[in-house]
Amino acid sequence: MASTANKLVLQDPPRELEREPLVANHRSIGWISDAVCRVTEDKVPLWWWLAFVPSVIFMGILGLMLGYQITTGVGVWGNHHPEMWGWDIINFVWWIGIGHAGTLISAILFLLRQKWRTGVNRAAEAMTIFAVMCAGIFPAVHVGRVWYDWWLFPIPNPYNLWPQFRSPLMWDVFAVSTYFTVSALFWYVGLVPDLAIIRDRAKTKIKKIAYGLLSLGWSGSNRHWSNYEKCYLILAGVSTPLVLSVHSIVSLDFAVSQLPGWHTTIFPPYFVAGAIFSGFGMVLTLLLPLRKLLKLEDLITMRHVDLMCKVTLATGSIVGYAYCMEFFIAWYGGNPYERFTFMNRAFGPYGWSYFLMFACNVITPQFFWFKWIRQNVWVVFILSIFVNIGMWFERFVIVVTSLHRDFLPSSWGYYKPTIVDIMTYLGTFGLFFTLFLLFLRFAPVIAIGEVKAITPYADPHHPLGGAKGGHH
Amino acid sequence: MSLKFGMLAEYATPADLMHAAEKVREAGFRRWDVFSPFPIHGMNQAMGLKNSKVGWFGFTGGVIGYTTGMVMIWWMNAHDYPILVGGKPMFSPFYAFPPAYELTILFTAFGSIFGMMFLNRLPKLYNPLFKSERFRLVTHDKYFLVVETTDPKYSEGETRKLLESTGGTHIEIVED
Repeated sequence: MASTANKLVLQDPPRELEREPLVANHRSIGWISDAVCRVTEDKVPLWWWLAFVPSVIFMGILGLMLGYQITTGVGVWGNHHPEMWGWDIINFVWWIGIGHAGTLISAILFLLRQKWRTGVNRAAEAMTIFAVMCAGIFPAVHVGRVWYDWWLFPIPNPYNLWPQFRSPLMWDVFAVSTYFTVSALFWYVGLVPDLAIIRDRAKTKIKKIAYGLLSLGWSGSNRHWSNYEKCYLILAGVSTPLVLSVHSIVSLDFAVSQLPGWHTTIFPPYFVAGAIFSGFGMVLTLLLPLRKLLKLEDLITMRHVDLMCKVTLATGSIVGYAYCMEFFIAWYGGNPYERFTFMNRAFGPYGWSYFLMFACNVITPQFFWFKWIRQNVWVVFILSIFVNIGMWFERFVIVVTSLHRDFLPSSWGYYKPTIVDIMTYLGTFGLFFTLFLLFLRFAPVIAIGEVKAITPYADPHHPLGGAKGGHH
Repeated sequence: MSLKFGMLAEYATPADLMHAAEKVREAGFRRWDVFSPFPIHGMNQAMGLKNSKVGWFGFTGGVIGYTTGMVMIWWMNAHDYPILVGGKPMFSPFYAFPPAYELTILFTAFGSIFGMMFLNRLPKLYNPLFKSERFRLVTHDKYFLVVETTDPKYSEGETRKLLESTGGTHIEIVED
């Protein structure tokens, strides 16, 4: 017995338990800087211009459409009684939902110590900020008289009136504006050390000054890192309840009303799950081409894609459960109006949209149970687009099918968008992609410092980080 | 003008830097710092740093945010210009909660970010260390340790010997 105990040696874990590294090909710390900064330093590639020019054109169309709508009135849209909310609110909820993945990745996965977040968080946070900007346009212009938008803020107006805080629409104003501000600050705080990297590599005077000012004089001092890490932890800590509250409050815009189809208690968690689901769909849609175009496959690895597919599967399944539970409660609750709304939703004139939503949001993510699907970038890319489409139709179903047949059958109708509705929506894609492409060009697309910190070279207790045994 | 700011030493790995930091701390230096491209796990303990105070700034911000939200809504909707809407109470902490909750988060974020910038004295427009060509690599893949000349224990010969003994290379004196 004693002899076997002496022979005991530590064996490597079996191969199936080994994890794929988050930075592939054992890339060094300096390589990470070079690979990510190259995107901002090299000559602008052709594909960038091919994406940028149409984006700017569509952004121009957005400006024209908004100008037309503001100068003429909300009547240029398809909205009419009783369908007082149409594409405007659908697009608002869709865009803000997409924005939720960024904060989920940067905050919740940070608190859960999911190291893979570092490869994707920067781009996802940028996506969040730009998506919230696109979202914010719709409630601002759908009020009709945009020059009174400032009445939504607690600023004294000529009639001495104050905002009416008993309305969930006011809660929404605070939720969305806080969300935008905190997301933008979180993003910027994360960017500061990485902007310093670009500053230290800069060759031209303008770049040196611009990135020097933006990076606030960051020097990598550990006394600074100590405060910085605490600040980042607090921001992650407050962004987590923030991201959960924002879409809950958006859902309260619907749920606090008395309308059958909207007045349900399942809405807040169901909206949050749907938001994260759609956000991950959009992150996959954006990052799968980007990792290829920017040659960052070693930093956004197939393991990242695999994990994001799993989150999409989990949240998509929650959404599917919510759809079923909503229908069950409509029957079980015994309210005839609610039963009518739900039967009308699935089998009425808009039944096609309900089944489109169900197919895209409930069936699509179930493919992610299979590893060979999660490992095939083309299939994942196509499925992620279905997720985006499905989540747009979810909001369409909620808004349109609940409103188009109200309590008074004489006012029933079939809602259709106008060309202005459609072009405004397409225009927001122009705004989104213009901003996103500028971000790719001028800021580090991956959180360089954070990725460096998760490599074995950064661990002072790892042989690659210089540890030689001894007392550490 | 050749005022001296401090002595700069370069290290190749995070482990080397951490051992050097332990030695410098044990030697009793006070005005010194280490620099790295990313936060090194365990470095705060190696340097003997206390827990960061940023949390207090964030907490203060949060308290101010929540109070602002509640008091503002009570003052606007129940005191300055009360309007009866749908028979709902003029003020109730329940309907005031969502905006107050959002303001708590907003002001906590402001508090911790501005607190962090205040404690780090950022933005900083001038830093003598940036005069060193090699120090540019601090954001790339090198690790540095600086002992400032204002430290009471600083002496050109002894400090250089200490940094050399810890494996520091490219030791240079940075001018202010």
